[in-house]
Amino acid sequence: MDDQTPLNFDENVARALSDSQLRKNLAFAMGNFRQKRKAIFPDPIELEALRDAGNEIRRRALARLPELLERFEKNCVENGMHVHWAETTNEANQTVLEIMRTHDATRMVKGKSMVSEEMHLNRFLAEHGIEALETDLGEFILQLSGETPSHIIVPAIHKNKAEIADIFHQKIPDTPYTEKVEELNGIARRVLRKKFHEADVGLSGVNFAVAETGTLCLVENEGNGRMCTTVPPVHIAVMGLEKVIEKLSDLPVLLRLLTGSATGSLITTYVNMISSPRKTGEKDGPREVHVVILDNGRSKIYADPTFRQTLQCIRCGTCLNHCPVYTRIGGHAYGFVYPGPIGKILNPQVQGMKKAGVLATASSLCLACEEVCPVRIPIADLLRRLRERMHQGTGHAAPDFNPSGSIAERLAWKLWALLNRHSGLLHSAEKVMGSVGFISPRVGILRKWSICRTTPTISPRRLHELVEQQGVDDE
Amino acid sequence: MLFVFFVVNKKMNNINRNYPEKPEAVYYFGTCLAGTFYPDAGMAGIKLLQREGVRVIFPPGQTCCGQPAYNAGYWREARGVAEKQIELFPKPLPVVVPSGSCAGMMRHHYPVLLADSPNIDRILNFSARVFELSEFLVHVLDIKLEDRGVPMKVTWHSSCHAMREMNVIEDSKSLIRQLKNVELVELENEHECCGFGGTFSVKHPRISEAMVRDKVAAVRKTGAPLLVAGDCGCMMNISGAIAHQKLPVESRHLAEFLWERTNG
Amino acid sequence: MNWWNSRGLMMNNTTSRNRILSRLNAAPRPLTEFATIKNMTSFREFTREEKIERLKNLMEAMRTEVYVTDSGRWVEILTQLVRKKGLKNLLYSPRTDVGAILEKHWKGLETLGEKPPELIHLEGSVEDFKQQLFHVEAAITTSKGAVADAGAIILWPTEHEPRLMSLVPPVHFAVLDANTIYSNLSEAMENENWRVDMPTNALLISGPSKTADIELILAFGVHGPKELIVIIVD
Repeated sequence: MDDQTPLNFDENVARALSDSQLRKNLAFAMGNFRQKRKAIFPDPIELEALRDAGNEIRRRALARLPELLERFEKNCVENGMHVHWAETTNEANQTVLEIMRTHDATRMVKGKSMVSEEMHLNRFLAEHGIEALETDLGEFILQLSGETPSHIIVPAIHKNKAEIADIFHQKIPDTPYTEKVEELNGIARRVLRKKFHEADVGLSGVNFAVAETGTLCLVENEGNGRMCTTVPPVHIAVMGLEKVIEKLSDLPVLLRLLTGSATGSLITTYVNMISSPRKTGEKDGPREVHVVILDNGRSKIYADPTFRQTLQCIRCGTCLNHCPVYTRIGGHAYGFVYPGPIGKILNPQVQGMKKAGVLATASSLCLACEEVCPVRIPIADLLRRLRERMHQGTGHAAPDFNPSGSIAERLAWKLWALLNRHSGLLHSAEKVMGSVGFISPRVGILRKWSICRTTPTISPRRLHELVEQQGVDDE
Repeated sequence: MLFVFFVVNKKMNNINRNYPEKPEAVYYFGTCLAGTFYPDAGMAGIKLLQREGVRVIFPPGQTCCGQPAYNAGYWREARGVAEKQIELFPKPLPVVVPSGSCAGMMRHHYPVLLADSPNIDRILNFSARVFELSEFLVHVLDIKLEDRGVPMKVTWHSSCHAMREMNVIEDSKSLIRQLKNVELVELENEHECCGFGGTFSVKHPRISEAMVRDKVAAVRKTGAPLLVAGDCGCMMNISGAIAHQKLPVESRHLAEFLWERTNG
Repeated sequence: MNWWNSRGLMMNNTTSRNRILSRLNAAPRPLTEFATIKNMTSFREFTREEKIERLKNLMEAMRTEVYVTDSGRWVEILTQLVRKKGLKNLLYSPRTDVGAILEKHWKGLETLGEKPPELIHLEGSVEDFKQQLFHVEAAITTSKGAVADAGAIILWPTEHEPRLMSLVPPVHFAVLDANTIYSNLSEAMENENWRVDMPTNALLISGPSKTADIELILAFGVHGPKELIVIIVD
């Protein structure tokens, strides 16, 4: 995890762009999501009010974060849950392992959890002889094919029916090849039902952690989450520390925004609010509930009030759906757990600029994501600030600050500034390049520009000359 | 500084802006791209304003709003250039800009970029006076356009910042729609970025290429022989890709198009 | 701290906790007053009729079967459905009103010589009845209420109606009193003061389980029930 090798983004991008099947799958899926979101929020004024409310709720929670985390812990413990804190993903993994060992557990069923992907939990547990089985259909498919999720909400969106049919046929014993979605679901249901029944531990994420009541709020459509959090005798919930919200009454707004933004629905099939393990007299539910609160760089992000806004994210995935870059390269190209616009601001801050800084440059700053973010994270602004941090780092006490950008690049910007602060110099340069018919060699940035575009020519008479010629006032 | 940031953030989409009465004079900021590559477009904007009886002042020392460096993360360089521009527009007159992205930069981002400046009041005053050309023509001058051209089809490209920061797309389109012999055919996926993004186009050329090619395909699909755009950056990007593919589609900046159509 | 009772787990957990909290506490934080935005028009209020209508429409759009009836008739509707679906058994709780009415009605059917599906109830804890639970064909539960603007019923599982009753059996019948339908979730939470004493588990259920993970094609009946039937008693 301390490996500072920069992500090989360009290679990933080239591969993704040449995968026409992937591009087709993504174009279809993302278009679908955008349409659905538009349909579920038909009134723009209402939507803006809802987003304002979402923004306020998240900012308020972050403003009080340490107090709320303590209050959350206190209430969870009073309710009979166990609360653990982990600074690193390694610590979180060790905590999960310890809990399992205490119960001599070897079989885990997992609901969908991006934090558990961040932890690389499955791989860690496998190394310790524990089977961690994904039960969310998309994750289940990917576990069979040995891949990681490519989208926050629909992890297997990069795969089509034929590919999935093939995976099931090859990897699940006694399974005929079928592309019928009903049958594919039936296969997953059959296999997993047994596993729910037999599991020692169920693991889940947390969508919202309510400090006021010590409640874990989880949303889902399949029912696998409820299975994981109810059937096995032990339930472990892993969450990032930013998931805390202040009050129960904050939930309705966030639920509406999350579900509407993520899947274009009014509500998920199930909203599951857990506040304690099985109480005396109750007939089912886990006997123990453990909550693991993970830091993994979030407290570092928290330190700067501007960048803190990164932590407002409720993991709806809608920024991915609206991003022209994500739509063309898909989630895997980003190289880390969180793809898309949120990934572009989160990963450089968590993984470090050297390793993941390139992601912050891979945006045209079109603002499509900012326009739809349900909690109004100023993604474009944070991207610019990350770029500034990468190149100049003024006003930031970033411990990992390491100015990047070649000398040529830095000099180029200095030259640019010189010319644009002194119009006389700029005009002379234009004159030289324009009148000599200067055709610049296709190197460097001009070569990159020219792969699919002609280069513009410097006009023989520039605007300031036309203006003077036409007698426009100069003051 | 944080206060300025939050105030600016709220205003980001330029909705419900209060427009002034028609002034006697305005400043004009031509933009660097129009200045060097598309001077006729820059000049057309001036002529449109002058024809409405407004005196146009073009401070000769102007160069660039600083957005390229700001977006690329070279804020020190961007600040120097931005401060220079502000000095050139001292009088309390509107500053009209024929570009949604440059107008957006000056209006919404100068207060952010220059938040720590001792001259923050002057900067805020300047930013409040910046108008994109279309919104100025429509809401301040209430311009009436008489089409003197032959019937033709055009299509329009909405630049991201004109759309999402300055909120002037409907204003631009309404100007085109005033021309009775012009049929405006809208682009499919109009809201998607053309892939320019300043240095993005050369830092991530393959992704940019994929985006501009889709934009060109959409232009082609309209069957229009002319693409009209309000931003020279986008125009340079898309027209460059069109020319590379040797397609029979021309491009014009909105100001130049409107001037040509109404000037006979 | 009483989170130690799991055999002294993770001695360094306190250190992690303290380090995390002190980092968070060290960060500059604005002394802002937050104006919680209330009275959002997004959360509408409906009349009683509107609530029933909206709940029915939204849930049906999510493949729930919804019947509206007056208080005398719900058990007859249930009987018809159970017969139509060819169910061989039905899980219920004898300790609820719904359960009591059901038992009585079933006895009545038996005296008429009919053979209704076997009524099953769960004894002991899940460790005892897991096998049985996973083989039962259908279950019937009460509901705590419903939320009209989103189209979902509210369930607070109890010792009498455990959590898995509404999850494991492939068919779930829920009886809902129309008087407990709220306009929106905020209203439900406020009126019933949820924040004071949250139950072990509180649920909103809007339909049978579903997924769109494969090419965004919607398919029903994954891990939760394949069928959800809501009988609204008006």
